[in-house]
Amino acid sequence: MDLDSLYQEVILDHYKHPLHKGLSEEKTIQVHHVNPSCGDEITLNLLLEANMVADISWDGVGCSISQASTSIMSDLLIGKSISEAFSILDEFSGLMQSKGGSKGNEEVLEDAVALAGVSKFPARIKCALLGWMAFKDAASQGMSDEASNKQGEENG
Amino acid sequence: MTNSVFDPVALRSDFPIFQRTVRGGARLVFLDSGATSQKPRSVLDAERNFYENHNAAVNRGSYLLAEEANAAYESARQSVADFLNGKFEEVIFTKSATESLNLLAYSFGNSQSSSKFAVKPGDGIVVSEIEHHANLIPWQQLAKRTGAELSWFSVTPEGRLDLSNIDQVITEKTKIVAITHQSNVLGTIIPLAEIVKRAHAVGALVVLDACQSVPHFSIDVAALGIDFLAFSGHKALGPTGIGVLWGRSELLSEMEPFLTGGSMIESVTMTDATWAPIPRRFEAGVPNMAQAVGLEAALKYLTEVGMERVHGHELDLTASALSQISDIPGVKVVGPLDMKDRGGVISFTVEGVHPHDVGQVLDSFGIAVRTGHHCAWPLMRRMNVVGTTRASFYLYNTEDDVVALVDGIRSVQKYFGV
Repeated sequence: MDLDSLYQEVILDHYKHPLHKGLSEEKTIQVHHVNPSCGDEITLNLLLEANMVADISWDGVGCSISQASTSIMSDLLIGKSISEAFSILDEFSGLMQSKGGSKGNEEVLEDAVALAGVSKFPARIKCALLGWMAFKDAASQGMSDEASNKQGEENG
Repeated sequence: MTNSVFDPVALRSDFPIFQRTVRGGARLVFLDSGATSQKPRSVLDAERNFYENHNAAVNRGSYLLAEEANAAYESARQSVADFLNGKFEEVIFTKSATESLNLLAYSFGNSQSSSKFAVKPGDGIVVSEIEHHANLIPWQQLAKRTGAELSWFSVTPEGRLDLSNIDQVITEKTKIVAITHQSNVLGTIIPLAEIVKRAHAVGALVVLDACQSVPHFSIDVAALGIDFLAFSGHKALGPTGIGVLWGRSELLSEMEPFLTGGSMIESVTMTDATWAPIPRRFEAGVPNMAQAVGLEAALKYLTEVGMERVHGHELDLTASALSQISDIPGVKVVGPLDMKDRGGVISFTVEGVHPHDVGQVLDSFGIAVRTGHHCAWPLMRRMNVVGTTRASFYLYNTEDDVVALVDGIRSVQKYFGV
């Protein structure tokens, strides 16, 4: 088995030196996600400013794949607009479902293409998606909060 | 496998799965029998033979096939009773040990308030911190539904059940003590006799989760003095989809049903029903017949090998693995380090490497282990680990498997540079 296709150097680097790990005080919303099949947990703080992902910080325990993927995700999505972030997320989800058939679009996914090998290991896809799903949840909640606040202001 | 010398290598040829290779031609080193066991050909043949020659719904038809199916199904029940040293009518077939334990919890919960099985506010239910979720959540939820109080034995840092406060844990209020015989994570075999003695002294019922013990060593329900026992067929060389609940007949015959429907009734009107005698009262619907027959073949296989030899072999492998694994720097065994009251399960952590990654690298060498929280999340928290890697042994494992595991762990450390 090609273990190295799963554990790319980039992944091991992110695992050992994760980016944006450690929760920041600055946040619009906080979410907590678990992977019940293996017990991995993540808490993610998301700061939204004018439809932009102003900051992501996170903390959690998990395997190299979940930790590296969350590290890569946060570094990639900070500074993007929410709609850009969601389209990157879709691209990454598609890559994870590709069963080893895709190398991933490096222009969009940057370091995240290193996780392409995960798609050959069905049991590990959830690990790779843990942080991304936490982001998706946080961003969706943050946007609906913002929408309802806006509506509240307009009504008021 | 009727020869008098125990030869695990020869015995492997009875298990078709060991003919295949995994991950680029690697030999299958199957160290996850704690999750499910592999099946000997005789079990597969028994299931196939049932479907090919005797298939009909039991308890219904008046034709030859139905008679044969009935005979085969009830023969399986007798074989389970013999295996446990219980009585025929005391063996209830379920789909799993999980269902067996839920059957008890729901039956107790369904009892009239005047019944001795009724669980009321102020009653006590006792479990332990080493329970698998299957023997924790049914009781935890029963306590929630009824207002009973759930309490538990804690576990020592060495992975032993702490009975120092047994008289405070099991009290005059305790109605049910539901406890695992052997931890699926730590391998610890609990001091059952002491618990049974105390439970019965206060009039409580003892439910034994024997999923990790029945497949591995000889169990005599009469000698253990317990009231109920649950185990799953698939962990004992049998098929999936078949579990057993054993209960003392004088208790079962007074209990309310869990699942209702066909087969379990005595008479039915549009507004009421009365229940069949045990064991059928607890077997609603067409049961998993072929799987019961498969389980009978599995227990026959184990009996022919001899449970003493199965257990002895597992202990030899465990002792060897335990001493080698605990000698590797950076590797920590979670659970007892000695062989006293211990079964063929070893959990460990590798410093700097998450269990999921340990399992992935071992898999690349063809080694199948379990990783994660092992359906025992509270125990993981108690032992201060996020999860472990677990190797569990059975009669078809060999010293070569132990060597592969130990070499594999070293390769994990090398791969992750720890």
